[in-house]
Amino acid sequence: MVKPSHTKEEIFAILSAIADPEIPVVSIYEMGMLRDVTFSDKGYEVIITPTYSGCPAMGIIEQDIKMMLDKNGVTPATVKLVYDPAWTTDWMSDVAKEKLKKYGIAPPLHSSCTQDVFAHNIIECPHCHSGDTVMISRFGSTACKSLYQCNDCKEPFEYFKCH
Amino acid sequence: MGDDALIQSYRLSEWCSNAPILEEDLALTNFALDMTGRAQAMLSYAGQVEGKGRTDDDLAYKRKERDFYNHLIMELPNGDFAYTIARLFFTSTFEFFFFNQLQNSADTTLAAIAAKTIKEVRYHNAHAIDWVLRLGDGTEESHNKIQKAVNELWMFTGELFETEEVDALLRDQNIAVDMPVIADKWKEHVAQVLSEATLTIPESGYMQSGSNKGIHTEHLGHILTEMQYLQRAYPEATW
Repeated sequence: MVKPSHTKEEIFAILSAIADPEIPVVSIYEMGMLRDVTFSDKGYEVIITPTYSGCPAMGIIEQDIKMMLDKNGVTPATVKLVYDPAWTTDWMSDVAKEKLKKYGIAPPLHSSCTQDVFAHNIIECPHCHSGDTVMISRFGSTACKSLYQCNDCKEPFEYFKCH
Repeated sequence: MGDDALIQSYRLSEWCSNAPILEEDLALTNFALDMTGRAQAMLSYAGQVEGKGRTDDDLAYKRKERDFYNHLIMELPNGDFAYTIARLFFTSTFEFFFFNQLQNSADTTLAAIAAKTIKEVRYHNAHAIDWVLRLGDGTEESHNKIQKAVNELWMFTGELFETEEVDALLRDQNIAVDMPVIADKWKEHVAQVLSEATLTIPESGYMQSGSNKGIHTEHLGHILTEMQYLQRAYPEATW
Protein backbone atom coordinates (compact mmCIF):
# COMPACT_ATOMS: atom_id res chain seq x y z
CA MET A 1 0.00 0.00 0.00
CA VAL A 2 1.15 3.48 -0.86
CA LYS A 3 1.95 5.61 2.14
CA PRO A 4 0.23 8.97 2.45
CA SER A 5 2.59 11.91 2.28
CA HIS A 6 0.39 14.08 4.47
CA THR A 7 -1.37 13.33 7.73
CA LYS A 8 -5.01 14.13 8.35
CA GLU A 9 -3.98 16.99 10.66
CA GLU A 10 -1.70 18.47 8.01
CA ILE A 11 -4.50 18.31 5.44
CA PHE A 12 -6.96 19.91 7.84
CA ALA A 13 -4.40 22.65 8.45
CA ILE A 14 -4.10 23.26 4.70
CA LEU A 15 -7.86 23.30 4.24
CA SER A 16 -8.34 25.68 7.17
CA ALA A 17 -7.37 28.44 4.78
CA ILE A 18 -10.59 27.96 2.81
CA ALA A 19 -13.23 30.48 3.76
CA ASP A 20 -16.95 29.81 3.75
CA PRO A 21 -18.05 31.37 0.43
CA GLU A 22 -21.07 32.99 2.04
CA ILE A 23 -19.47 34.10 5.30
CA PRO A 24 -15.86 34.80 4.33
CA VAL A 25 -14.68 35.55 7.89
CA VAL A 26 -14.93 31.93 8.96
CA SER A 27 -13.27 28.89 7.46
CA ILE A 28 -15.02 25.71 6.42
CA TYR A 29 -13.04 23.99 9.18
CA GLU A 30 -14.36 26.38 11.84
CA MET A 31 -17.88 25.88 10.52
CA GLY A 32 -17.56 22.16 11.14
CA MET A 33 -18.06 21.19 7.51
CA LEU A 34 -14.78 19.27 7.23
CA ARG A 35 -15.44 15.87 8.71
CA ASP A 36 -12.60 13.54 7.82
CA VAL A 37 -9.80 12.62 5.46
CA THR A 38 -9.18 9.05 4.42
CA PHE A 39 -6.40 7.55 2.37
CA SER A 40 -6.50 4.54 0.07
CA ASP A 41 -4.75 3.31 -3.08
CA LYS A 42 -6.91 5.77 -5.00
CA GLY A 43 -5.53 8.69 -3.01
CA TYR A 44 -7.03 11.07 -0.50
CA GLU A 45 -10.70 11.45 0.12
CA VAL A 46 -11.94 14.50 1.98
CA ILE A 47 -15.30 14.02 3.65
CA ILE A 48 -17.46 17.11 3.93
CA THR A 49 -21.02 17.65 5.07
CA PRO A 50 -23.44 20.36 3.91
CA THR A 51 -24.77 22.88 6.41
CA TYR A 52 -28.13 23.02 4.62
CA SER A 53 -29.22 20.43 2.05
CA GLY A 54 -29.74 23.03 -0.64
CA CYS A 55 -26.66 25.07 0.20
CA PRO A 56 -25.47 26.46 -3.15
CA ALA A 57 -21.98 27.01 -1.72
CA MET A 58 -21.20 23.29 -1.61
CA GLY A 59 -20.11 23.13 -5.24
CA ILE A 60 -17.72 26.03 -4.73
CA ILE A 61 -16.36 24.52 -1.53
CA GLU A 62 -15.69 21.23 -3.29
CA GLN A 63 -13.77 23.02 -6.03
CA ASP A 64 -11.85 25.11 -3.50
CA ILE A 65 -10.77 21.98 -1.64
CA LYS A 66 -9.55 20.25 -4.79
CA MET A 67 -7.62 23.33 -5.91
CA MET A 68 -6.08 23.91 -2.49
CA LEU A 69 -4.93 20.29 -2.17
CA ASP A 70 -3.57 20.29 -5.69
CA LYS A 71 -1.61 23.45 -4.96
CA ASN A 72 -0.10 21.84 -1.87
CA GLY A 73 0.81 18.58 -3.55
CA VAL A 74 -1.84 16.50 -1.80
CA THR A 75 -2.81 14.42 -4.81
CA PRO A 76 -4.78 12.65 -6.08
CA ALA A 77 -7.70 13.84 -4.01
CA THR A 78 -11.45 13.53 -4.23
CA VAL A 79 -14.20 15.14 -2.18
CA LYS A 80 -17.13 13.21 -0.85
CA LEU A 81 -20.35 14.73 0.44
CA VAL A 82 -21.95 12.87 3.32
CA TYR A 83 -25.20 13.56 5.17
CA ASP A 84 -24.60 11.35 8.15
CA PRO A 85 -24.31 12.58 10.82
CA ALA A 86 -26.29 15.68 9.93
CA TRP A 87 -24.48 18.97 10.41
CA THR A 88 -25.49 20.99 13.41
CA THR A 89 -24.56 24.45 14.61
CA ASP A 90 -23.04 22.61 17.60
CA TRP A 91 -20.02 21.91 15.44
CA MET A 92 -19.33 25.56 14.92
CA SER A 93 -16.31 26.42 17.04
CA ASP A 94 -16.35 29.19 19.66
CA VAL A 95 -13.72 31.01 17.62
CA ALA A 96 -16.08 30.90 14.64
CA LYS A 97 -18.96 32.21 16.73
CA GLU A 98 -16.83 35.10 17.96
CA LYS A 99 -15.78 35.90 14.38
CA LEU A 100 -19.38 35.87 13.24
CA LYS A 101 -20.29 38.35 15.96
CA LYS A 102 -17.49 40.70 14.93
CA TYR A 103 -18.66 40.39 11.35
CA GLY A 104 -22.13 41.56 12.39
CA ILE A 105 -23.93 38.22 12.43
CA ALA A 106 -25.36 37.07 15.75
CA PRO A 107 -24.08 33.51 16.29
CA PRO A 108 -26.49 30.62 16.94
CA LEU A 109 -27.72 30.51 20.52
CA HIS A 110 -28.78 26.97 20.76
CA SER A 111 -27.14 23.73 20.24
CA SER A 112 -28.86 21.25 17.97
CA CYS A 113 -32.41 22.00 17.06
CA THR A 114 -34.95 20.90 19.55
CA GLN A 115 -38.48 22.14 19.97
CA ASP A 116 -37.34 25.12 22.04
CA VAL A 117 -35.78 26.57 18.90
CA PHE A 118 -38.92 28.58 18.41
CA ALA A 119 -39.23 29.77 21.96
CA HIS A 120 -38.77 33.51 22.31
CA ASN A 121 -35.11 33.80 22.99
CA ILE A 122 -33.08 36.91 23.50
CA ILE A 123 -30.82 37.41 20.52
CA GLU A 124 -28.06 39.85 21.38
CA CYS A 125 -27.31 42.62 18.90
CA PRO A 126 -23.81 41.97 17.50
CA HIS A 127 -23.22 45.73 17.20
CA CYS A 128 -24.19 47.25 20.55
CA HIS A 129 -24.80 44.01 22.53
CA SER A 130 -28.28 45.08 23.54
CA GLY A 131 -30.71 42.28 24.29
CA ASP A 132 -33.65 44.38 23.11
CA THR A 133 -33.99 43.05 19.58
CA VAL A 134 -36.86 41.98 17.38
CA MET A 135 -37.12 39.39 14.62
CA ILE A 136 -38.09 40.97 11.29
CA SER A 137 -38.11 37.80 9.23
CA ARG A 138 -37.30 34.22 10.09
CA PHE A 139 -35.65 33.90 6.68
CA GLY A 140 -32.83 36.03 5.37
CA SER A 141 -30.32 36.38 2.59
CA THR A 142 -29.19 32.77 2.92
CA ALA A 143 -30.97 29.67 4.17
CA CYS A 144 -29.01 29.70 7.42
CA LYS A 145 -29.90 33.18 8.66
CA SER A 146 -32.84 35.19 10.02
CA LEU A 147 -33.27 38.97 9.92
CA TYR A 148 -33.36 40.95 13.17
CA GLN A 149 -33.30 44.55 14.20
CA CYS A 150 -31.92 46.09 17.37
CA ASN A 151 -34.36 48.37 19.21
CA ASP A 152 -31.52 50.26 20.89
CA CYS A 153 -29.03 51.06 18.14
CA LYS A 154 -31.68 50.54 15.44
CA GLU A 155 -29.22 48.58 13.31
CA PRO A 156 -30.57 45.60 11.38
CA PHE A 157 -28.52 42.42 11.69
CA GLU A 158 -28.56 38.77 10.78
CA TYR A 159 -28.84 35.89 13.19
CA PHE A 160 -27.37 32.50 12.31
CA LYS A 161 -30.22 30.13 13.07
CA CYS A 162 -29.56 27.07 15.12
CA HIS A 163 -29.68 23.96 13.06
CA MET B 1 -39.78 11.51 -1.71
CA GLY B 2 -37.34 12.97 -4.23
CA ASP B 3 -40.13 13.86 -6.64
CA ASP B 4 -42.20 15.44 -3.87
CA ALA B 5 -39.27 17.67 -2.97
CA LEU B 6 -38.49 18.52 -6.59
CA ILE B 7 -42.02 19.43 -7.65
CA GLN B 8 -42.85 21.28 -4.46
CA SER B 9 -39.63 23.23 -4.86
CA TYR B 10 -40.63 24.15 -8.39
CA ARG B 11 -43.98 25.51 -7.25
CA LEU B 12 -42.50 27.51 -4.39
CA SER B 13 -39.85 28.96 -6.71
CA GLU B 14 -42.67 30.42 -8.77
CA TRP B 15 -43.30 32.81 -5.87
CA CYS B 16 -39.91 34.39 -6.45
CA SER B 17 -40.57 38.14 -6.92
CA ASN B 18 -44.33 37.52 -6.64
CA ALA B 19 -44.90 37.11 -2.91
CA PRO B 20 -47.00 39.73 -1.07
CA ILE B 21 -43.97 41.06 0.84
CA LEU B 22 -40.21 40.79 0.43
CA GLU B 23 -39.74 38.70 3.59
CA GLU B 24 -42.23 36.18 2.23
CA ASP B 25 -40.42 36.05 -1.06
CA LEU B 26 -37.25 35.14 0.84
CA ALA B 27 -38.99 32.59 3.01
CA LEU B 28 -40.73 30.70 0.22
CA THR B 29 -37.67 30.60 -2.00
CA ASN B 30 -35.52 29.54 0.98
CA PHE B 31 -37.86 26.57 1.39
CA ALA B 32 -37.60 25.84 -2.32
CA LEU B 33 -33.82 25.76 -1.98
CA ASP B 34 -34.00 23.32 0.95
CA MET B 35 -36.27 21.12 -1.15
CA THR B 36 -34.02 21.20 -4.20
CA GLY B 37 -31.19 20.02 -1.94
CA ARG B 38 -33.39 17.25 -0.60
CA ALA B 39 -34.44 16.27 -4.13
CA GLN B 40 -30.76 16.05 -5.14
CA ALA B 41 -29.93 13.81 -2.21
CA MET B 42 -32.96 11.56 -2.70
CA LEU B 43 -32.70 11.27 -6.49
CA SER B 44 -28.94 10.61 -6.38
CA TYR B 45 -29.61 7.82 -3.94
CA ALA B 46 -32.47 6.47 -6.06
CA GLY B 47 -30.14 6.37 -9.06
CA GLN B 48 -27.51 4.62 -6.99
CA VAL B 49 -29.97 1.99 -5.72
CA GLU B 50 -31.28 1.44 -9.25
CA GLY B 51 -27.71 0.74 -10.36
CA LYS B 52 -28.08 1.81 -13.98
CA GLY B 53 -25.82 4.79 -13.65
CA ARG B 54 -28.56 7.41 -13.70
CA THR B 55 -27.74 10.62 -11.84
CA ASP B 56 -30.03 12.98 -9.96
CA ASP B 57 -30.11 15.20 -13.03
CA ASP B 58 -31.02 12.27 -15.30
CA LEU B 59 -33.93 11.47 -13.04
CA ALA B 60 -35.10 15.06 -12.78
CA TYR B 61 -34.75 16.05 -16.42
CA LYS B 62 -35.18 12.91 -18.44
CA ARG B 63 -38.19 11.15 -17.05
CA LYS B 64 -41.68 11.45 -18.45
CA GLU B 65 -44.72 12.47 -16.51
CA ARG B 66 -45.93 8.92 -15.93
CA ASP B 67 -42.59 8.06 -14.32
CA PHE B 68 -42.96 10.73 -11.63
CA TYR B 69 -44.33 9.68 -8.26
CA ASN B 70 -44.83 12.97 -6.46
CA HIS B 71 -48.14 13.38 -4.63
CA LEU B 72 -50.75 15.29 -6.61
CA ILE B 73 -50.97 18.03 -3.99
CA MET B 74 -47.38 19.06 -4.78
CA GLU B 75 -48.04 19.78 -8.45
CA LEU B 76 -51.25 21.81 -8.12
CA PRO B 77 -50.83 25.42 -9.27
CA ASN B 78 -50.03 27.91 -6.52
CA GLY B 79 -53.39 29.70 -6.56
CA ASP B 80 -53.46 32.70 -4.25
CA PHE B 81 -51.20 33.16 -1.24
CA ALA B 82 -53.72 31.52 1.11
CA TYR B 83 -53.82 28.47 -1.16
CA THR B 84 -50.03 28.15 -1.18
CA ILE B 85 -49.91 28.55 2.60
CA ALA B 86 -52.66 25.98 3.18
CA ARG B 87 -50.79 23.51 0.98
CA LEU B 88 -47.49 24.21 2.72
CA PHE B 89 -49.21 23.67 6.05
CA PHE B 90 -50.62 20.28 4.97
CA THR B 91 -47.43 19.07 3.30
CA SER B 92 -44.96 20.32 5.87
CA THR B 93 -47.00 18.81 8.71
CA PHE B 94 -46.94 15.52 6.81
CA GLU B 95 -43.20 15.85 6.18
CA PHE B 96 -42.54 16.68 9.79
CA PHE B 97 -44.03 13.44 11.08
CA PHE B 98 -42.75 11.45 8.10
CA PHE B 99 -39.09 12.45 8.34
CA ASN B 100 -39.17 12.36 12.09
CA GLN B 101 -39.86 8.64 11.80
CA LEU B 102 -37.64 8.07 8.78
CA GLN B 103 -34.68 9.22 10.87
CA ASN B 104 -34.86 5.78 12.49
CA SER B 105 -34.89 3.90 9.20
CA ALA B 106 -32.73 0.80 8.91
CA ASP B 107 -31.44 2.33 5.67
CA THR B 108 -28.66 4.59 6.89
CA THR B 109 -28.67 6.88 3.84
CA LEU B 110 -32.40 7.55 4.14
CA ALA B 111 -32.01 8.04 7.88
CA ALA B 112 -29.22 10.58 7.31
CA ILE B 113 -31.15 12.56 4.71
CA ALA B 114 -34.19 12.48 7.01
CA ALA B 115 -32.14 13.78 9.94
CA LYS B 116 -31.00 16.68 7.78
CA THR B 117 -34.47 17.31 6.37
CA ILE B 118 -36.32 17.33 9.67
CA LYS B 119 -34.36 20.38 10.82
CA GLU B 120 -35.43 22.28 7.73
CA VAL B 121 -39.02 21.06 7.68
CA ARG B 122 -39.45 22.26 11.26
CA TYR B 123 -38.87 25.80 10.02
CA HIS B 124 -41.19 25.35 7.02
CA ASN B 125 -43.94 24.02 9.24
CA ALA B 126 -43.58 26.73 11.88
CA HIS B 127 -43.80 29.35 9.16
CA ALA B 128 -46.90 27.80 7.58
CA ILE B 129 -48.63 27.54 10.96
CA ASP B 130 -47.88 31.22 11.71
CA TRP B 131 -49.66 32.18 8.52
CA VAL B 132 -52.59 29.79 8.91
CA LEU B 133 -53.28 31.34 12.31
CA ARG B 134 -52.85 34.88 11.03
CA LEU B 135 -55.03 34.40 7.97
CA GLY B 136 -57.66 32.25 9.65
CA ASP B 137 -57.99 34.47 12.68
CA GLY B 138 -57.45 37.67 10.67
CA THR B 139 -59.95 39.65 8.64
CA GLU B 140 -63.14 38.27 7.17
CA GLU B 141 -61.52 38.21 3.76
CA SER B 142 -58.35 36.41 4.84
CA HIS B 143 -60.45 33.95 6.84
CA ASN B 144 -62.63 33.17 3.85
CA LYS B 145 -59.68 32.78 1.52
CA ILE B 146 -57.78 30.33 3.69
CA GLN B 147 -60.96 28.40 4.51
CA LYS B 148 -61.67 28.07 0.79
CA ALA B 149 -58.10 26.87 0.20
CA VAL B 150 -58.34 24.31 3.01
CA ASN B 151 -61.63 23.02 1.59
CA GLU B 152 -60.30 22.76 -1.96
CA LEU B 153 -57.05 21.05 -0.97
CA TRP B 154 -58.60 18.61 1.46
CA MET B 155 -59.35 15.93 -1.16
CA PHE B 156 -55.64 15.83 -2.03
CA THR B 157 -54.50 15.04 1.50
CA GLY B 158 -55.65 11.43 1.67
CA GLU B 159 -53.11 10.41 -0.90
CA LEU B 160 -50.21 11.39 1.35
CA PHE B 161 -50.87 8.36 3.51
CA GLU B 162 -51.55 5.76 0.83
CA THR B 163 -49.31 2.73 0.81
CA GLU B 164 -48.62 -0.04 -1.67
CA GLU B 165 -47.52 -3.62 -1.18
CA VAL B 166 -43.90 -2.60 -1.59
CA ASP B 167 -44.29 -0.13 1.28
CA ALA B 168 -45.43 -2.94 3.54
CA LEU B 169 -42.37 -4.98 2.59
CA LEU B 170 -40.08 -2.04 3.31
CA ARG B 171 -41.93 -1.42 6.53
CA ASP B 172 -41.29 -4.99 7.64
CA GLN B 173 -37.58 -4.40 7.18
CA ASN B 174 -37.79 -1.16 9.15
CA ILE B 175 -36.80 0.87 6.10
CA ALA B 176 -40.09 2.66 5.45
CA VAL B 177 -42.26 4.45 7.98
CA ASP B 178 -45.47 3.33 9.61
CA MET B 179 -48.05 5.32 7.61
CA PRO B 180 -51.19 4.82 9.75
CA VAL B 181 -49.31 6.24 12.76
CA ILE B 182 -48.26 9.27 10.72
CA ALA B 183 -51.79 9.73 9.38
CA ASP B 184 -53.20 9.85 12.92
CA LYS B 185 -50.60 12.34 14.09
CA TRP B 186 -51.18 14.50 11.00
CA LYS B 187 -54.95 14.57 11.50
CA GLU B 188 -54.63 15.45 15.14
CA HIS B 189 -52.12 18.24 14.53
CA VAL B 190 -53.98 19.69 11.54
CA ALA B 191 -57.27 19.71 13.45
CA GLN B 192 -55.62 21.46 16.38
CA VAL B 193 -54.08 24.24 14.27
CA LEU B 194 -57.20 24.76 12.14
CA SER B 195 -59.44 25.10 15.16
CA GLU B 196 -57.00 27.53 16.77
CA ALA B 197 -57.15 29.50 13.52
CA THR B 198 -60.99 29.55 13.82
CA LEU B 199 -61.22 27.43 10.67
CA THR B 200 -63.58 24.56 10.01
CA ILE B 201 -62.06 21.14 9.44
CA PRO B 202 -63.51 19.71 6.23
CA GLU B 203 -65.51 16.52 6.50
CA SER B 204 -63.81 13.42 5.18
CA GLY B 205 -65.14 12.86 1.71
CA TYR B 206 -63.83 11.68 -1.62
CA MET B 207 -60.04 11.61 -1.81
CA GLN B 208 -58.05 12.00 -5.02
CA SER B 209 -55.52 9.30 -5.83
CA GLY B 210 -53.22 8.13 -8.59
CA SER B 211 -49.68 9.37 -8.08
CA ASN B 212 -48.29 6.10 -6.79
CA LYS B 213 -49.22 4.65 -10.19
CA GLY B 214 -47.78 7.67 -12.00
CA ILE B 215 -51.21 9.08 -12.83
CA HIS B 216 -51.20 12.84 -12.44
CA THR B 217 -53.30 15.96 -12.86
CA GLU B 218 -52.82 17.90 -16.08
CA HIS B 219 -50.55 20.30 -14.20
CA LEU B 220 -47.46 18.08 -13.89
CA GLY B 221 -47.00 17.90 -17.64
CA HIS B 222 -46.87 21.68 -17.81
CA ILE B 223 -44.25 21.82 -15.06
CA LEU B 224 -42.06 19.30 -16.86
CA THR B 225 -42.45 21.10 -20.16
CA GLU B 226 -40.77 24.11 -18.64
CA MET B 227 -38.39 22.36 -16.24
CA GLN B 228 -37.05 19.90 -18.79
CA TYR B 229 -37.01 22.24 -21.76
CA LEU B 230 -33.27 22.83 -21.82
CA GLN B 231 -32.30 19.15 -21.58
CA ARG B 232 -34.83 18.23 -24.24
CA ALA B 233 -33.80 20.99 -26.62
CA TYR B 234 -30.07 20.68 -25.98
CA PRO B 235 -29.43 17.13 -24.73
CA GLU B 236 -26.48 16.79 -22.33
CA ALA B 237 -26.04 20.55 -22.05
CA THR B 238 -24.16 21.48 -18.88
CA TRP B 239 -23.18 24.72 -17.19
